[in-house]
Amino acid sequence: MDFDTLIFKTILLVVIFLISLVVAMYATYGERKIAAFFQDRFGPNRAGPWGLLQPVADGVKMFMKEEIIPVFANKGLFILGPSIAMFTACMTSAVIPWGGSLELFGKSYSLQVADLNIGILYIFAIVSLGVYGIMIGGWASNNKFSLLGSVRAGSQMISYELAMGLAIVALIMTNNTLSLNEIVVNQKNFHWNIFYQPLGFLIFLTTALAECNRAPFDLAECENELIGGYHTEFSSMKLGFYLFSEYVNMFISSAVISTLYFGGYNIPFGESFGLAPNLLTVLGTVFLFAKIIFFIFVFMWIRWTLPRFRYDQLMRLGWQWLVPLAILNMIITGAVIVFA
Amino acid sequence: MSLLFYILAALSVLTGLGVVLARNPINSVLSLIACFLTIAGHYVLLNAQFLAVVHVIVYTGAIMVLFLFVIMLMDMNRANEPHKKWTTKLAATLSGCLLLLVLLASTAKVMLGGPAPVLSPDMGLIKNLGMVLYRDYLYPFETSAILFLSAMVGAMVLGKHEPKKI
Amino acid sequence: MAMQTLTNRSKVVSNKKMTLWEKIYLPAIVKGLSITFFGHFFKRKVTFSYPDKQREFSPVYRGRHVLKRDDQGRERCTACGLCALACPAEAITIVAAERKPGEENLYREEKYAATYEINMLRCIFCGLCEEVCPKEAIFLTDQIVHSEYERPTFIYGKDKLVESVDNPVDVSKRQTKSVLEFKKNTGFAHNR
Repeated sequence: MDFDTLIFKTILLVVIFLISLVVAMYATYGERKIAAFFQDRFGPNRAGPWGLLQPVADGVKMFMKEEIIPVFANKGLFILGPSIAMFTACMTSAVIPWGGSLELFGKSYSLQVADLNIGILYIFAIVSLGVYGIMIGGWASNNKFSLLGSVRAGSQMISYELAMGLAIVALIMTNNTLSLNEIVVNQKNFHWNIFYQPLGFLIFLTTALAECNRAPFDLAECENELIGGYHTEFSSMKLGFYLFSEYVNMFISSAVISTLYFGGYNIPFGESFGLAPNLLTVLGTVFLFAKIIFFIFVFMWIRWTLPRFRYDQLMRLGWQWLVPLAILNMIITGAVIVFA
Repeated sequence: MSLLFYILAALSVLTGLGVVLARNPINSVLSLIACFLTIAGHYVLLNAQFLAVVHVIVYTGAIMVLFLFVIMLMDMNRANEPHKKWTTKLAATLSGCLLLLVLLASTAKVMLGGPAPVLSPDMGLIKNLGMVLYRDYLYPFETSAILFLSAMVGAMVLGKHEPKKI
Repeated sequence: MAMQTLTNRSKVVSNKKMTLWEKIYLPAIVKGLSITFFGHFFKRKVTFSYPDKQREFSPVYRGRHVLKRDDQGRERCTACGLCALACPAEAITIVAAERKPGEENLYREEKYAATYEINMLRCIFCGLCEEVCPKEAIFLTDQIVHSEYERPTFIYGKDKLVESVDNPVDVSKRQTKSVLEFKKNTGFAHNR
């Protein structure tokens, strides 16, 4: 890797990091606004025009709040928990292809930080590490509700990772690659994976909801049973990190869903418009972000429509429905590939 | 590259020591997780990315979560650990010494100094790994799969309570 | 014998098994999603953005009281005590006094209210005091009784109730037909 590529990648990394933070910030605003609209209300509209400065106000509030660490909490782990949650949430964005390649100063730069040949598995690995933030934080609080929340989160995430992995296996079988960039290129001209893997997409969407701890799978923080679940004892910016990492996770999940099943940055028949390649790349990135925002909306739409599962229902859905369905999907995909 | 290796190796040794020396079992498990992560780093340095990621997914992401689970649900404030019998202690010491002997004997044979023979630098990539696993070593691979299956079934049988007959 | 129902609205609980279509859940989920999106997302919001927009009061709103002066700036109240008598909440306390010579420009009648107190914590804003007043001295306005921190401050004396000479309170909304009719009746001394 030469020097200017390194500089470009560093800039890209910083930009992606900032964008994911800003998107997550405005996702909190969007969530409140969308929730309000679904409930025939206006939502936040005091700070700035249409309440657009609300996330800033929330952030300032979070920073100014009193920092409380319970006396009997394990202090080091109490701080480590939210840090891990935030860290793992931000790490995944490195392998997602945010666009094609830009031609700058006679050289071509890819808008993907690292094109690992095992991109999907990398995301999967980081997601599986995400549970530690919740588990450690919940245990370190020395509070029975927090512990229950973190135990729930742990078993839920392990259960749903399985179905998620099996859904991805079928996708890999049709695409014949593990690299996210190649998967996107394979989906050129409306050969979107959703048309080849509809069942796989449904399973992936469900498990993605569960992995993000979003309603209807937010058993780890369900207010009516566990007060606040794993973040009951957290306050100030540590709580902010937990809440914020959920939105970063949502952003990344939406990006992964759009990349895996909806053609990523590819504009269908984009080459036939006769546009300059750089412009096409930028348009592709905009297209990808439109899809991401749509999926963030879908996440919120589902949250404000469906009631929460009971815990036994959650486990039954995961093990007795999704896993067999994913295996069935895999078998059908394999049969089609071999015999068709 | 070698600098990275030394940093990683030092971290592995430190976290490994942490596993053994930590008084709090939670800290011990967390050190083990960190140790596994550094080992994944070693895999990446050997250009075995697939192995590294699978290592993280399986060991760090699944097995250690279960470990953490069990330890979190234990009552850790209990100071009165049951006093072991002297026969147990003797057996533990003996088996520990035997393990040390085995380890020493096996490491004594290893030639230190020269680099390990590498078949090809791309050996760890998923395509080559798949070829080797499913072509050359298909039989042991599938046998180990059956072994795992039987272990799973065994766990189910042990875990499932027999309904009481009245 | 089957239990007699008082209304025929009761429903029998049924634990029927779900059909496969219902067991898949997906159709129900899609239905729910469409209800929230098409039924509520674009619906006109009923919320009133209060400090920006203030809702108009009803024309018959009854707020805090005012003690009127006549067109020469004299207090109309003659401390007859009918309002205190009529008040169902017993919120009004009046101490009457006799008008001294030289005070004719202050009080319209020979007897006037030296203190006139309404306990706003007791008042139910029924408007009976207004209705019973023979002198058209007390009216309920469209002003709001403000919240306070201390209980004694809710006892409004004459300093708060009597309107200022320069800035009379408009009560034409409350001067209903019967009130105006009453005013025209010259059989009463004070209407002359």
